[in-house]
Amino acid sequence: MKRYHIMGLFSNFEEAFAAISDIRDKKIPGVTVDDVTLKSPIEHPEIEEILGDRGSPLPKIALCGAIFGIVFGFLFLAAAQATFLVQPQGGKPVIPLPSNIVLTYEMLILFGVLSTVIGFLINARLMTKRHPLYSEKVSLDQIGIMLELDEKHVNPVKDLFKGHKVVEIREEVAA
Amino acid sequence: MQTKDINENIAWAKINADVLRSMENPRKGYWIAVGACLLMIACAVMAEIYQYQVGMGPSNLNWPHMWDLYIATFVFWIGMSHSGTLLSAILHIIGADWRKPIYRFAEAMTTFSLLTAGLFPIIHLGRVWNMYWVLPYVSDRGIWPNFRSPLVWDAFAITTYLTSSALFLFIGMIPDLAICRDNARGWRQKLYTVLSLGWQGDDRQWRHFRKIYMLMACFLIPLAVSVHSIVSADFAMSIMPGWHVTTFPPYFVAGALYSGCAAIITLFILLRYFFRFDEYMTIPILEKTCKLTFAIAMVWTYLNLIEFASTWYSHDPVAKELLWAKFTGPYAPFFWMMLFCGSVVPFALAFEKMRRHLPTMFVVSLLLNLGMWLERWMIVTPTLSLSHSPFAWDVMWPSMVQWAIVFGSFGWFGLLFLIFVKVFPSVSMYEVKEMVFHRRRHAPSEETAQKLHRRADDPKPGAQPSTEGA
Repeated sequence: MKRYHIMGLFSNFEEAFAAISDIRDKKIPGVTVDDVTLKSPIEHPEIEEILGDRGSPLPKIALCGAIFGIVFGFLFLAAAQATFLVQPQGGKPVIPLPSNIVLTYEMLILFGVLSTVIGFLINARLMTKRHPLYSEKVSLDQIGIMLELDEKHVNPVKDLFKGHKVVEIREEVAA
Repeated sequence: MQTKDINENIAWAKINADVLRSMENPRKGYWIAVGACLLMIACAVMAEIYQYQVGMGPSNLNWPHMWDLYIATFVFWIGMSHSGTLLSAILHIIGADWRKPIYRFAEAMTTFSLLTAGLFPIIHLGRVWNMYWVLPYVSDRGIWPNFRSPLVWDAFAITTYLTSSALFLFIGMIPDLAICRDNARGWRQKLYTVLSLGWQGDDRQWRHFRKIYMLMACFLIPLAVSVHSIVSADFAMSIMPGWHVTTFPPYFVAGALYSGCAAIITLFILLRYFFRFDEYMTIPILEKTCKLTFAIAMVWTYLNLIEFASTWYSHDPVAKELLWAKFTGPYAPFFWMMLFCGSVVPFALAFEKMRRHLPTMFVVSLLLNLGMWLERWMIVTPTLSLSHSPFAWDVMWPSMVQWAIVFGSFGWFGLLFLIFVKVFPSVSMYEVKEMVFHRRRHAPSEETAQKLHRRADDPKPGAQPSTEGA
């Protein structure tokens, strides 16, 4: 059976949310909110209640990056300082902890930030080709609900969208 | 009287159109500003070439005055960079949504201030070609940075801050760059297509975007505090009178936030005027920024008093003599001007009528930043002119070479900012839309808002209501 991508563009956000609610309430058997991708000009934390908790691993990635920063930062400094052994130290410690704490702290933050950014780029699936159904109106003032469906569900979904004052419906055959 | 931070009935298409219009072909005034900045930079470049060829002599930097305007201006620009962090990160975390129309240019200011600040230690070195010696790279010549020195901490801290704040600025701009991509043509479209990283605004992207923005804000706040604490350690870790002060780190951080906020007010008024951003950079938002600046000004004033008091009661005769010399010595006019600009002028921000008067606020913000620049100069130079050894007492005035380079740094910052506002959106379109969206859902009517807002001619709370005309 053919699979379709279908996207409805709404100018009224409340209607779009109501359409997603209807999908969650299984008004179309076989179509669930897991099939829904919301495309919006702004973020909608409130819609996550309807879409379900999809989570984000970024806090864990940030934590791992920060820990790596502490370990790497300290070892990097200590490794550089250890070469001081060939020089006279005048009784001062080879690896001075107080100053290394300051520098390690900076490394913690630097690697925390870098790992978070890398995690974001990967998890948000950035740097990939835009979806063929992407509409420039989404970056203006309309909200899009996109679903990947079996052929038999296409018309019921279109009807659902029309019932919620959809402005435009776009569709394509999924690859 | 405008009472709302933003008109929640503004059309989203208009938000896009207004901001994108500000990025269109510049007018004559823009090119005049660019020309002025280039002239200022040319002055600095000529001075630097002269200094490079002849050595540090023409700058008047010689023992005991090893540090002067270069380091003072370095601290000033580092301080200026705290505005973006404060306005964007702290206000984001506490959920103050009035920051949304103005945080973008504040973040840009952070990045450009750091790029400007970073030039000064390099210029100050004299032997600029040796600047990389500060990095902990492996060298068979046996040259190693002294990790115990706060100057090396500076290198680490500023590099981290510049990287993080530039990423913070860029990440926060991605949804807007996608809007630019969808509306631009020619080279701009190619540029925005690359920079927007294929942003489509789907819920997955927004979900992770929300997380990263919050996480980066959480990283940036302690980073900003640590950066300026480390800059203060350049002074406080020494045993010089006037520098070896326990309150220096909070004093520097407060001064940094203060100058940053003052600069935000300056740029707010300029952008509002030149780009006609009246509907986004509104008077109520300016008022809130002014109140924040006033609060920080009072913290700064308090920390000044603490410093004076702790020096006075420290029974350190050298530190006391230096403090007295600041009030009465050769640098006294500048010291008093610093106190006037930093502690007296901000009282203008306490009055609603003044806060709402743009020309007054523009002048006040410039005076505040003059005060903050003088503060840095008055930290660096008087101490070196009156330290522990009487034979090293010497009053030194900066040479024209130093003044030219300091002057040029403002041109450099201005040029970077001017380029930014024409290539990137200086108002965050998607955040203004969010603000409008959420306020529209929860806003009281204009009539109710007018009723709730207190006006100057209203009776004071607790006063007997007037019976006149009853």
